Amino acid sequence: MSHPGEPPGPLAADAAGVPGAWVKSGRQRERERLRRRRELRSGSVASVSTVVFVVLVIYVVTASPGWPRVKETFFDAERFADAFPDVLSGFLLNIKIFLIAEPLILIVGLLVALVRTVRSPLFFPLRALAVLYTDVFRGIPTILIIYLVGFGLPALELRGMPSDLAVLGIIALTLSYGAYVAEVFRAGIDSVHPSQRAAARSLGLTHGQSMRFVVLPQAVRRVVPPLLNDFVSLQKDTALVATIGPLEALRQAQIHAADTFNYTPYLAAALLFIALTVPMARFTDYLAARSQRRRGA
Amino acid sequence: MLRPSMLPILGALAMVVVACAPADDTTSASGSPSSAAPSASASCAKDQLKLLKPGTLTVGTDKPAYEPWFKDDEPSNGEGFESAVAYAVAGKLGFAKSEVAWTVAPFNSAFAPGAKQFDFDVNQVSITPARAKAVDFSDGYYTVKQAAVALNGSKYATPASLADLKDAKIGVQVGTTSLTAVKSAIQPSAQPNVYNEQIDAVNALKNKQVDVLVVDLPTAFYVTAAQVEGSKIVGQFGSDEGAAEQFGLVFQKGSALVPCVNAAIGELRSSGELASIETRWLGSAAGAPDLK
Repeated sequence: MSHPGEPPGPLAADAAGVPGAWVKSGRQRERERLRRRRELRSGSVASVSTVVFVVLVIYVVTASPGWPRVKETFFDAERFADAFPDVLSGFLLNIKIFLIAEPLILIVGLLVALVRTVRSPLFFPLRALAVLYTDVFRGIPTILIIYLVGFGLPALELRGMPSDLAVLGIIALTLSYGAYVAEVFRAGIDSVHPSQRAAARSLGLTHGQSMRFVVLPQAVRRVVPPLLNDFVSLQKDTALVATIGPLEALRQAQIHAADTFNYTPYLAAALLFIALTVPMARFTDYLAARSQRRRGA
Repeated sequence: MLRPSMLPILGALAMVVVACAPADDTTSASGSPSSAAPSASASCAKDQLKLLKPGTLTVGTDKPAYEPWFKDDEPSNGEGFESAVAYAVAGKLGFAKSEVAWTVAPFNSAFAPGAKQFDFDVNQVSITPARAKAVDFSDGYYTVKQAAVALNGSKYATPASLADLKDAKIGVQVGTTSLTAVKSAIQPSAQPNVYNEQIDAVNALKNKQVDVLVVDLPTAFYVTAAQVEGSKIVGQFGSDEGAAEQFGLVFQKGSALVPCVNAAIGELRSSGELASIETRWLGSAAGAPDLK
């Protein structure tokens, strides 16, 4: 790292080396040595304090009078092994629901957000509908939407109504999350400076074209981290679909727990969900950091 | 770099954590079940019982409490089979009706580790060896069979045997032994739908989301009589585990009450009182064909 305002290193214009090549000065070397030492020190302090903290927490938990009972109820290896295959097979359904709901949610969210940007008075009813949709579906707890869709739609006994529980769950999650994602997209669209749109229109682009070529590419890029955040949340909420009956991970864990009066299967389900959401969360952080870097922060 | 000013903060943190460490509670009676079961008559005097609240027998059950086990979702009215059984047991232990307090104990919390919110829980809990590792059960107070309910006119309304139900879409409530029975006796080709609440499973049958609902027999009688129009019990069956399935009262592991309650249940059984309560609230299991 060279710093502006620093005297440049001596220019070694002698036979060896390229003329003008920068050679680190003694001061710079000393500076780097100090920096390394400081990093080493802060790193070791951090690790020691982490170890002390973890050891203390473990001590507090395991020294508590109820620990043996908790250990056999929550951390029973045999029960874990017993329940894990079933919980895992249920978890595949969670993943399926998530993967299908995800693109649908993106489409619904983007459409609703776009409808809200249309300014013509002709489209007022559509705009009002979009506003109503986002307000209502963000206001209802997801589990309630799942209940209403899961038990309400089949009760209509319409022909062609899906009877597959996973499909009903996907519909419900799409309705619920579509409203959130629509607002995320709208925030992204609103964050693009009006001058961009004005410039696009003055070049002769229609509203649709300026949206498509100028506004949306910038808007979407800006909202990628919050979108991913919503997806992490969606991954967990697939478990709520259990309320209408399909055998997903949480339900399988519940069945095993009720069978044996032991909570370990829940732990198995929790670990699976973590295995899915943690990489996603890290990826979100990475993207956020990258966009910060690109903006020169 | 660790600034000196941070040391006291860290120190304070460590102090707090250590202060939170619980002292070993030597007076607690939890953990080891009482090694010698007290003889039933000696320590079962009312004032000798170790209760949650002295002088009151606290009984837990789930909410909503369904018929025919309870009536009007009100366990304290003494109506419905389990409410009647609970009061009969309380009476044998010497508690008047006013000395019995009911508390809501969701099924899942009935087997949570740690102190229980009830002296015993009565919630149609089937006794299984695996469950008995986590809680203590009383002797069985009711022998239960499973029953399959279908809508009249569905193609599963007249099965000749359990094998005929193999291809049906089956609905059950989560956490029940009905599910175990379905898996072992029917072995359906499609995965059953498993619902949070009994009422959800009943609604799924109404909506034709499932072809067959499997519940315990008394519940099945109630479902067909009062909850789903045009439905019938197409057969009763046991899970093929061999031993008959029984409901038991649930106690905290190592509860000293178990022998006393067992003595009470034994007396109720031999005096015929238990049988008459059963006849009154659950009727007879006639009229439901046995499926093999």
